Amino acid sequence: MSTTPTSEHQQLAAALTEGLALIAASGSSEDLRGVMSSLTGKKGPIAALKSSLGKVADIEARKELGQLVNEALVTLQQASEAHSRTLRAGEFAAQIASERLDISEVAMSAQATRRRGRMHLVTQATERLEDVFIGLGFQIAEGPEVETDFYNFEALNMPPSHPARSMWDTLFIESDVEGSVVLRTHTSPVQIRVMQDWPPPIYAVMPGRVFRKETPDATHMPVFHQIEGLVIDRGITFADLAGTIESFTKAFFGEGFTSRLRPSYFPFTEPSAEFDIRRPDGSWIELGGCGMVHPHVLRAGGLDPDEWSGFAFGFGIDRMAKERHGVDDIRDMYSDDIRFTEQFS
Amino acid sequence: MKVLLSILLEMADIPSDPEVVAVALTSLGLAVEEMDIVGAPIPGVVTARINRMEKHPDAAKVTRCFVDAGDGEERHVWCGATNMQPGDVVPLATLGTKMPNGMDIARRGILGIDSEGMLCSEVELGLSEESSGLLILPKDSPLGVSPFEVLGIEHDVVFDLDLTRNRADCWGHLGVARDLAAHFAVPLKGPRIDVGARGAEKSLPVVIDAQENCGSFSISYVSGITVGPSPRSVASRLAHLGMRSINNVVDASNLVMLETNQPNHAYDAAVVSSFRVRLATAGEKLTTLDGQERALHPEDLLICNGVDNSGVGLAGVMGDQHSEITDVTTTLAVESAWFSPDPIRFAAIRHGLRSEASVRFERGTDPNAWELAAERFVTILRESCPTATLHTGATIVRTPHCPQPIPVDVSVDSVERKLGIRIEADRIVSILNAIGFSASVKGDIVSSVVPTWRPDCSESVDIIEEVARHFGYDNIGKTVPNSTVHGRLSSMQQRRRTLRRVLVGLGLDEAMPSPFLAPGDLSRVGLSEDSVLRIANPLVADESILRTSLRPGLLRSLRYNQSHRAPRVGLWEIGHVYPKSDAQLPDESEQLAIVVAGGDAETALTQWNAICDALSVGTQLDQSRVPSGLHATRSATLARGKQVVGVVGEVDPMVLHELGIEGRVSILEVNLSILLNEEPKPVQAKDINRFPSSDIDLAFVAPDSVPAVNIQRALRQAVAKRLVSIELFDVYRGKGVAEDSRSLAFRIRMQEAGGTLTDSVLAEVQQACIAAAQKAGAALRS
Repeated sequence: MSTTPTSEHQQLAAALTEGLALIAASGSSEDLRGVMSSLTGKKGPIAALKSSLGKVADIEARKELGQLVNEALVTLQQASEAHSRTLRAGEFAAQIASERLDISEVAMSAQATRRRGRMHLVTQATERLEDVFIGLGFQIAEGPEVETDFYNFEALNMPPSHPARSMWDTLFIESDVEGSVVLRTHTSPVQIRVMQDWPPPIYAVMPGRVFRKETPDATHMPVFHQIEGLVIDRGITFADLAGTIESFTKAFFGEGFTSRLRPSYFPFTEPSAEFDIRRPDGSWIELGGCGMVHPHVLRAGGLDPDEWSGFAFGFGIDRMAKERHGVDDIRDMYSDDIRFTEQFS
Repeated sequence: MKVLLSILLEMADIPSDPEVVAVALTSLGLAVEEMDIVGAPIPGVVTARINRMEKHPDAAKVTRCFVDAGDGEERHVWCGATNMQPGDVVPLATLGTKMPNGMDIARRGILGIDSEGMLCSEVELGLSEESSGLLILPKDSPLGVSPFEVLGIEHDVVFDLDLTRNRADCWGHLGVARDLAAHFAVPLKGPRIDVGARGAEKSLPVVIDAQENCGSFSISYVSGITVGPSPRSVASRLAHLGMRSINNVVDASNLVMLETNQPNHAYDAAVVSSFRVRLATAGEKLTTLDGQERALHPEDLLICNGVDNSGVGLAGVMGDQHSEITDVTTTLAVESAWFSPDPIRFAAIRHGLRSEASVRFERGTDPNAWELAAERFVTILRESCPTATLHTGATIVRTPHCPQPIPVDVSVDSVERKLGIRIEADRIVSILNAIGFSASVKGDIVSSVVPTWRPDCSESVDIIEEVARHFGYDNIGKTVPNSTVHGRLSSMQQRRRTLRRVLVGLGLDEAMPSPFLAPGDLSRVGLSEDSVLRIANPLVADESILRTSLRPGLLRSLRYNQSHRAPRVGLWEIGHVYPKSDAQLPDESEQLAIVVAGGDAETALTQWNAICDALSVGTQLDQSRVPSGLHATRSATLARGKQVVGVVGEVDPMVLHELGIEGRVSILEVNLSILLNEEPKPVQAKDINRFPSSDIDLAFVAPDSVPAVNIQRALRQAVAKRLVSIELFDVYRGKGVAEDSRSLAFRIRMQEAGGTLTDSVLAEVQQACIAAAQKAGAALRS
C-alpha cells in the first residue's frame, strides 16, 4: 500500500524533526518537561495534526496518517526519556557534588553526641544480681525501709536487749515508744514479711537500702544497699545452701570462680556461715553471711520448723559495684557528681 | 581478741606451724584477722659489753662507747643514750643489720669519726612501745649472742581473732585451744598447773545478797607473797597480748584471765578478809582503779568488804582504788565470780567503762572455771615468787542463778535433715566429746550435755552447728534444691525497669542523694515539714530528718553539679519517702522525681508524655491546683480523678534563688507506688480502618484563662466516634489576637467507620466543633 505524501505527511515529518531537535537541545530536566508539554500538549503540532485528521476523506489514508501520528508521539516520548535519563544523571551528580558533608563534623554535633543517661552503679549492680537470681529460679521481694523493732530484731531471734543487737549500729526513729521504730539495719526483716505474706515454697531475693549509724569513709556509708536471699521449702539442707551459693558464684562471677563457707554467727541463722568467693587467680573475696534459717525465725514468720526448712544469705551490693568498676572511695558513688556518673554507660 | 601461739602450744599438742594453725582457726569459725610474728631474733644484733666511754668535746649530746662483742675486736659506737655505764652488757646492732623498723645500720660518722654499729633500746628491738635509754642486760650475760636469748624471749606468733558474738569461751586461750585440739584430734592439756604444797585451810566468809546478779562467787586465799616485777616471760606475753605489765600479782591475774577467760581480782587479804555482794544504793560512790570517782546506780552490783559493807569493786567491771594491792601486801584474797551478763553490760555502758573483765562477763563466763583460775594464778606467781602458797578451803558460794550444764538430745536423722549429709552417730559423739559436750548414743539419739563454758548452746540446732563446724563445712558437699518456683520479676518490678530505661533514653542521669535531710531543707524548697519523722540518734544534726520528698536532695545534687561547671544536668531518682502517718510505721512510698537544669515546663511535659506512653498510663493536668514550691503559673498537678499522683512544671524561681541555682529548672514528681502498681490490661488489636481519613484545621482564639486542654476535650467530644487524632499544631500570641488571649490551631483527623466521609458530614462535624469550642470559651478565629 502506497500513497503519495500529502502535506499532512510533510507537516508530520517536519514536526517530528523539529521536536527531536528541541528535545536534544533541552539543557535541563525542567526545559525538557517544557519542550515535551509544548510538543505533545493540546496546542502542540501533533495535537494540531490529530485534530486535522478528520479532514482527510479517505478512510485508509486517515487510518495510515493516524498511525503515523501515534508513532511520531512514541518516538518523541522515547527520545525524551532517553535524554531525561542523561540529564538527571548529570543533575544528581551536580547535587551530590554540591552537598558534601564533613561526616566527622556531624558526628561531633551536639545532637549526635547527646548521650543516654546513666543508671546509678548500685542500680546497675542490683539489676544484674536480680537477673542472675531470676535465672536460678528466684523471685524479687521488697519491704519498707523504716521498720519496727519486731521485724528488724525481735523476729530475727533477737529479743529486746539481746546482746547481738550491738552487731548493728542502729539509727532509731523518734516515736511514742522509744526504740520501737528503726531504719532497717539490714534487708533481713523482709525475710519475715515474705514468710508472713507468701505461701511457701519461697525462693526470693530482697535487694534494698539499709542504714547504719556509721561515719562515712572510703569503705562505709550510713546509707547503703544489700541483697538478701531466702529459700523456704521442704527438706532444704545446708548442702543446698552451699550449692546455691556455688551456682550463684558461677553465674554471676564466671565459671572460673568457686565459693566456700566458713563457720560464723548470726542470731537468725544456725548453722551460720560467711561465704567467700575464690577468684581464678586463687585470691579470695569475703562476700557475705548466710546460714540455715533459725527455727525461732521460721516460727516468727508463721511457719512450722518441723514442716519447713530453709536458708538465707545476704551481702552488700555497693561493694560489688565498687569492685567491678574499680571505685576506690565509696563516697564517690554517692556524690551524684556528673563527672563520675557519666563514665559508666 | 589476741591469742599467742606459745600459750596454745602449752595447752595442746597442735602443729606448731602458724600457717597451719591459722587455716584451722578460720575453718573453725575463729577468723584470723591478722597474724604477727613477734620476738623473732634480729640477725646482726648481739650482746656486747661497754669497755669504756668517752665524751667528745664538740659533741655534748652523744657519748663514744668502746664495746666488746665477744669476738676480741673493740668496736667504736656513738650513742645518744645516757643510762649506761662501763661494764654494762647492752644489745649491739652490728654493721649491715636491718632493724625491725626498716632502718639499715651503716657506717655513719659524727665529727669525722665513724660509728661501727648502734646500741639498742627496747623500742628499737621491737620489744616494747616505749623505753628510756638502752636495754641494759644482766652483767653476767654471754657476749656475742642474741639479746632475745639472754632475756628468754621466745619467738612467738600473735593471732588477732575476729570472734563472733556467740563464742564467749574463745575470749580465753583455753577455748581456742579446745577447738584446735578437737580439730587436730589431740588431747587438750589445758594450762600448766604447779601450785606446790598447799597451805593450811583458810576460808574467807562470803555473802551474796544480789543472788540474781551473781551466780557464783569464790575466794581463794594465797599467802607468802612478795610484790615485785614479773619475770620477763610473763611481761612479754602480756605485752604481745596488748596489756601492760604492772607487778607480778596483777600480771598473774591478767594472764590467767587471758588464758582461762576467768576474770579475777586479787585483794590484799590484810585489808579485805570477808566479802558481801550487793546492789549499790543511790548516792553511793566508788573510786575505780582508773582514779575516777563514780556515782553509783541502784542497779550497779558491788563487791563489798564484809566488815563495814563498803564497796571494794564495781562487780565485773573494775576494782576499787583503795583495795589495790601494795608493796607491803603479803597475803591475797583471789576472787573469781560468775555475774549475770546483761547487768554487767548495762553497768559498763552506764559508766562508759568497758574493761577486759566486763567484756568477758557480758558475753558469759564459765562458773566452774574458778578453781583452775586460782591454781593457774598461783602457778604463774610462783615463777617470780616461789613462796606463794595456795591454801585449801577456798570459799565458793553458788546461787540458784548459777548456770548449769544443759542436757540436749539430737537425732542422727535430724543432723542429716539439717546438713544434707549423713554423719554417723559415732562420729557425732566423738566430735562432741572432743569439745567437752559429754555425749553418748542410744539408738538414733545422741544425748549430750552442754558444758557451762558454752552459754551460746542450749538446743538441738546449736548441737548440730557444733557437729557441722567440726565435721568441716567444706566436707558437707554442695547440692541445689529443686525449686518449684518460677523466677521472674513482678509486673511492678518490670514496669520500674521499663521506666528506668525510658529515663536514661531521655538522657537523664540517675542520682542517689542521701534520704536524710537537715531541718529546714524541706521548707526551703517550699514543702511542709509538718509530717516529717526525726532520727532519735542522728550522726549529725544535718542528717536528722527523713525525707518526705525527693526534691531537696535532687536540687542539692543539681546545684552541686552547677557549681562544678556542669550547668545543664538532668537528674532523676527513684526512691522512698517517709512521711509520718497515724500508724506505727510511716506512710512510706516510692517516688520518681526528675529535675533538669535549664529545662522548662515543656521539658517536664515531654518527659511525662514519654513515661505515660511507655507505661500505658495517663493522668489529667490540673493547673488550677498550684503545687507548693513550684512556679505558680507554669506548673500543674497530675491527677487521676481526685487522687493527686504527681506534679509537673518548673521549680519556683524564688526557691531556685534561695538554693543558688541559676536558670530555670524543670521538675516532674510522680508517686510510683500508685503508678507502677496497676497493671494495664494487654491492648486488644483493632482492625485498621482502610477508608480515607479527612483533616479539618480549626483555629480558635481563647483567653489565657481557658486551658487548651479544655478546648481539646470539647473538640474530642464533638467529633466523637469519628475522631482519629487531634493535634495542637500552632499557638500564636500577638498582632490580630486580643491581649491575654491566644490563637490555638487544631488539626482534627476523622474517619468514618463504614465508608468515606461525605462533605456534608464534614461540614456538620465542623459546625459541631465550633459550637463546642465556643461553649468551652473559645471563638473561631476569623
